[in-house]
Amino acid sequence: MAETILVIAEQRESKLNRVSFETLTCGQALAKQTGWTLEAAVAGNNIASVAAEVAKTAVAKVYAIEDGTLERYTPDGYVAALKKFIESSKPKLVLLPHTYQVRDFAPKLAASFGAVLVSDVVGYKYENGKLLFVRQMFQGKFAADVSLSGEGLWFVSFQSGSFRGDQVQPGQAPVEKVNAATGEIRTHPEAPFQEAKQAVDLSQAEIIVSVGRGIKEQKNIEIAKNLADALGGEIAASRPICDAGWLPMERQVGSSGQTVSPKLYLALGISGAIQHLVGMKGSRNIIAINKDAEAPIFEIADVAVVGNLFDIVPALTEEVKKVKV
Amino acid sequence: MKILVCMKQVPQKDAPLKLNESATWVREDIGYEVNEPDAYALEEALRQKEKNGGEVVVVTAGPARSQQVLREALAKGADRAIHLEDDRFVTLDAFNVARAIAQSIKDELFDLVFTGLQSDDFGYAQTGVLLAELLGWPHATIIMQIEAKDGGIRVKRELEGGYFQYVNMPLPSVLTIQSGINKLRYATLIGIKQAKNKPLRRVTFDEVSAALKPNQLTIERLYIPQKTKQTEVIQGPPQDVAKKLAAKLRDELRVF
Ligand SMILES: Cc1cc2nc3c(=O)[nH]c(=O)nc-3n(C[C@H](O)[C@H](O)[C@H](O)COP(=O)(O)OP(=O)(O)OC[C@H]3O[C@@H](n4cnc5c(N)ncnc54)[C@H](O)[C@@H]3O)c2cc1C
Repeated sequence: MAETILVIAEQRESKLNRVSFETLTCGQALAKQTGWTLEAAVAGNNIASVAAEVAKTAVAKVYAIEDGTLERYTPDGYVAALKKFIESSKPKLVLLPHTYQVRDFAPKLAASFGAVLVSDVVGYKYENGKLLFVRQMFQGKFAADVSLSGEGLWFVSFQSGSFRGDQVQPGQAPVEKVNAATGEIRTHPEAPFQEAKQAVDLSQAEIIVSVGRGIKEQKNIEIAKNLADALGGEIAASRPICDAGWLPMERQVGSSGQTVSPKLYLALGISGAIQHLVGMKGSRNIIAINKDAEAPIFEIADVAVVGNLFDIVPALTEEVKKVKV
Repeated sequence: MKILVCMKQVPQKDAPLKLNESATWVREDIGYEVNEPDAYALEEALRQKEKNGGEVVVVTAGPARSQQVLREALAKGADRAIHLEDDRFVTLDAFNVARAIAQSIKDELFDLVFTGLQSDDFGYAQTGVLLAELLGWPHATIIMQIEAKDGGIRVKRELEGGYFQYVNMPLPSVLTIQSGINKLRYATLIGIKQAKNKPLRRVTFDEVSAALKPNQLTIERLYIPQKTKQTEVIQGPPQDVAKKLAAKLRDELRVF
């Protein structure tokens, strides 16, 4: 029997999460190399338009798994629906984007089959008929090639940005509507909301000076502010700085903060965890100052300054003031 | 409320990590500390206990060195600790860690289990959810607020892009806690003294091994990721570095 790869696309309020295209791109590449069939599924309520959008990519078939109980996401609802569907469609490999929602239900879904999810994967290798998945470890300081035992069913989730969503092969696939299996739903979600409107819109900033935990103490934020002022830029931070209340939440850059793409992003004492990188890797020029030559931030930096920020930043501020006039 | 907090010891943030000889793990001769989100999970449990009464129990699965995490938790105010103590716990995949923990608490009745939302070393982000599945309890992940409500709880989940969502759920349940949910406390001198007399139950590998299955996930090779971008490295005395950078900003990047 032909083996199948199933991509589970994500939607919220009948809008496709674009990161699903990245997973589809990966699925297409894997299908080509392995000769396995690629199918896609999306779960929810009133999702015909989402399924139709997924069906415009080169996949063999798209399943729209629908029920009123899936209107608002719950882990119980999703696992009941997807478990039944996977039991009947019997894929070998299930691929998902590593979103907050997937983090919430995919380990449970995999466990219901006695399987382990390989989470937050950034790539794969197919060597001599063996599949290896590449994961980041130690917050991006290392990568690991990971293998899975058995012959499947395997579950893998992909970190956002690992594949190019805009390179997904177009196609025209049939859509099949599936009535979702239902089960007891034990948690009762309320509607998603945003906290009070943000007063600072970092997405418009041309120059951003961003501080991380390397700044050590609240009073040292001044050092970075002085540089930002000299450059005429905005100050921003990694999450721990905002968690500590050293800068307001609205100045946080990353997956749970703002996404920025300035002309210049100066990262001071930021290690470069993926949740930070997704918020700033679109910057046109990235200069990182870090005392650790192996810091993952240097992997995406255009200019890597290895050194102590407390020596370099004040000196840089003075130099900027000099050359600016 | 009786709350279990699952905590893990991970390499210190600034630890110089080196590969072991078989390049499958890092060398162990480094400093360790508590996994950051787990510290927030403990703090939240202590706050819930202060508000609603009850007991806070901490558990870790790891080698002898990881007892430090439990000692610190007891000093901060946890009532007792469970240590699944064996070097082999380090090599288990997330499902097996969850199985081991579930097995070690099978005679206890908790209202809540907290874990950090992920570990800084493996970063699987699964132990809490898997534990919920094994216990047959509901769960919610990436939690930023917890309040008791109508015999159950109402929790605030962080979503992507600055969104949040409240979820109402029954007890018992499992929550994975996000860093920044609260402000961490320090252990007091009295706390550190009292911790010495608090109960710590040791669980051996053999006591839980019957509940384990073969690992499904194997790390074949650990390595430093390849650079994908051309990076210019600037190093040297701070004054020289500052001059070079300022010139670059003006002449190449033309930011002013
Ligand atoms: C679900 C989820 C969402 C998240 N969302 C976000 C988010 O939106 N934004 C975000 O930033 N993070 C987010 N995080 C947290 C993220 O995983 C990292 O923990 C965080 O980005 C680390 O911040 P940091 O780089 O400032 O600190 P660390 O990782 O502690 O790095 C500090 C760096 O400073 C360097 N340093 C220390 N002293 C000096 C010195 N004197 N001179 C120069 N360099 C020095 C060190 O070498 C180190 O590289 C999220 C995590 C999760 C799990």
